[in-house]
Amino acid sequence: MLAASEPFVTSSRPCSLQSEANVPTVDVKLVDVVKRFGDAVAVDHINLEVMDGEFFSLLGPSGCGKTTTLRMIGGFEEPTSGLIELQGQDVTWLPPYRRNVNTVFQNYALFPHLTIYENVAFGLRRQGVSDPELKSRVHEMLALVELSGFDARKPTQISGGQAQRVALARALINKPAVLLLDEPLGALDLKLRKQMQVELKRIQQEVGITFVYVTHDQEEAMTMSDRIAVMNRGRYEQLGEPEVLYERPTTRFVAGFLGISNLLPGTVGAADGSYAAVRLADDTTVRAPKSLFVADRSGVSVGVRPEKIRMHEQSAEPPAGHNQLSGTVRDASYIGVSTQYIVEARGGAQIMVYEQNVERATKAELWAPGESVRLSWSPDHTFVVTDDEGAAAAAPR
Amino acid sequence: MGGFLRRHKHAVPYLLLAPGLLWLTVFYVLPGFQMFMTSLWSGTLETGYEFALSNVSNYTEALTRFWPQFSRSILYGAAATALTFAISYPLAYTIAFRGGRYKNLLLFLVVAPFFTSFLLRTVSWTIILGDTGILLGPLKEIGVLPAEFQLLSTPIAVVAGITYNFLPFMTLPIYVSLEKIDKRLVEAAEDLFATSFGAFRRITLPLSLPGIFAGSLLTFIPAMGDYVNAELLGNTETTMIGNVIQNQFLTQNNYPTASALSFILMAGILIAVAVYARLLGTDELTAGGV
Ligand SMILES: Nc1ncnc2c1ncn2[C@@H]1O[C@H](COP(=O)(O)OP(=O)(O)OP(=O)(O)O)[C@@H](O)[C@H]1O
Ligand SMILES: [Mg+2]
Repeated sequence: MLAASEPFVTSSRPCSLQSEANVPTVDVKLVDVVKRFGDAVAVDHINLEVMDGEFFSLLGPSGCGKTTTLRMIGGFEEPTSGLIELQGQDVTWLPPYRRNVNTVFQNYALFPHLTIYENVAFGLRRQGVSDPELKSRVHEMLALVELSGFDARKPTQISGGQAQRVALARALINKPAVLLLDEPLGALDLKLRKQMQVELKRIQQEVGITFVYVTHDQEEAMTMSDRIAVMNRGRYEQLGEPEVLYERPTTRFVAGFLGISNLLPGTVGAADGSYAAVRLADDTTVRAPKSLFVADRSGVSVGVRPEKIRMHEQSAEPPAGHNQLSGTVRDASYIGVSTQYIVEARGGAQIMVYEQNVERATKAELWAPGESVRLSWSPDHTFVVTDDEGAAAAAPR
Repeated sequence: MGGFLRRHKHAVPYLLLAPGLLWLTVFYVLPGFQMFMTSLWSGTLETGYEFALSNVSNYTEALTRFWPQFSRSILYGAAATALTFAISYPLAYTIAFRGGRYKNLLLFLVVAPFFTSFLLRTVSWTIILGDTGILLGPLKEIGVLPAEFQLLSTPIAVVAGITYNFLPFMTLPIYVSLEKIDKRLVEAAEDLFATSFGAFRRITLPLSLPGIFAGSLLTFIPAMGDYVNAELLGNTETTMIGNVIQNQFLTQNNYPTASALSFILMAGILIAVAVYARLLGTDELTAGGV
């Protein structure tokens, strides 16, 4: 059963990696999956569809249920209720070794008593692939992860980054339908991490295998993923492409988890054209795209990212149709590429503004604390979050 | 003192080793040497003893005369080791992987018999295995076993006694090595298409080899030299080399032969251990590739 009509499918573009087939097929499907450990609910009614060839990330803070979700897909944990399908087949009750998925574990879990060669060959041996083919495939895979010549080493004799690549090779060599990765870069230092992000993405595109990737690092998820599900307390609050999540977060949690947001509470007013008005606490009115409002909800917050805001003299006239706020500069910190201001709006809200150091770059030119300013930003850069986190999670747009 | 240690860092390991070395010298090396000298004596308690290198014949004579007891010891020791392994591995495995919060309690139960004296425990086996004891008595009464059936005073009773007495020496090392295994390795193996049994064979078993090795040595070595079980649970046909040595030392006062036997036993065990270590330690066995 194809689920294109299911209500939880997001409005995302058809998966870009589907070159021949025009209808993307679903590789992983979770239907109403719940996992309880005793009284604690680790995963709370999750519905997901991951498309063939997609790089899909589960992003969220510690303890939100990412690993548990992944382990259920891998077969290491049985859901309390719900259904898990892989390529259309119900695998909910199949053991791991009967599923066409492989996992890159958080700590790599390389077999310490086996050589790198035998680690990588492990899956193929279990499937009965024998020598001439086995050898060439292992070597091919070691070459792909740039570890040729490491055959005879033991896992204790390689570095963390190399161990990570062995873990990847060991999983990928089986050509699984889906590769599950649980914070595979978590143990690496920042520089190596960045390098491996590029590497992983390259390999994923090269082999064309669906990746389900767990991370709590929003930047990592944003740079690598085709789509991201932002999880919180056992559910995902929003699911979509990285740009959509960043530009149009729908919940307070998502807005705060991905980057910095300014959120201003208000009440929904009249619509005009494709925008709707929101009256803020200090009686100013700002506008946001009408499509972002959830029906029958009058208490909302409007949000705007700090880099989208322009600062002007109090007397200046901002571009027509832009949202405006007046306020006083409270703090300015110069950080080279930009300057970060905290502006206190008339209503008392603290608003973060990042300004590129282009027009104003020297100390004398920067806005100084105490100065009165006018802030402006485009209504198209305005997003709307519902205040009740729970309600929003059920209906990602 | 602290200053001294800081200035002489290289001395620290020696200082730490010193008590142990002293102990070994006084209680092992010196008596060992003394016993070696004794093994080359000739004579009797009445006539007095005389040392001569030519008395190396003590060794060949002892070996020829007591060969049946030697081979019996090897056989019983090996059988008991195999049995303790067969019992201990599943036991240790269950405690390590399924023990949950009862782990410590279960481990305590494994060593609990040690709180009773070794002799008492062995004697109580004579009650259990006795011809009309709590095990055989009822079975004979209902006619499952013939009246003349015996367990006590048979090799079975001796091997069973040794197995029972040395069980914890096998269980604990295996438990420790199993406990150390990262459970995610087993998951990884299953993820890579190994069945539960396959994952056990390729991952859990090879990784627990050090425990098996330590456990079987800790069982086999004392089992081979044991004489209490053969004495209490066996008959004259089940005497082991330990009984012979005890008898030669304490009853016959034939110190040279007893010493020679002890040395032969020690040498035999050392060779057996070396062979065993080689077998288990090689890459072919631990790599478990194919
Ligand atoms: N075996 C278990 N028994 C009991 N509770 C568990 C178990 N595994 C996970 N949990 C609980 O379920 C929740 C989700 O755990 P999970 O490991 O999925 O989090 P996570 O999102 O992967 O977090 P992290 O980023 O820290 O790895 C947590 O509250 C955790 O305490
Ligand atoms: Mg986790």
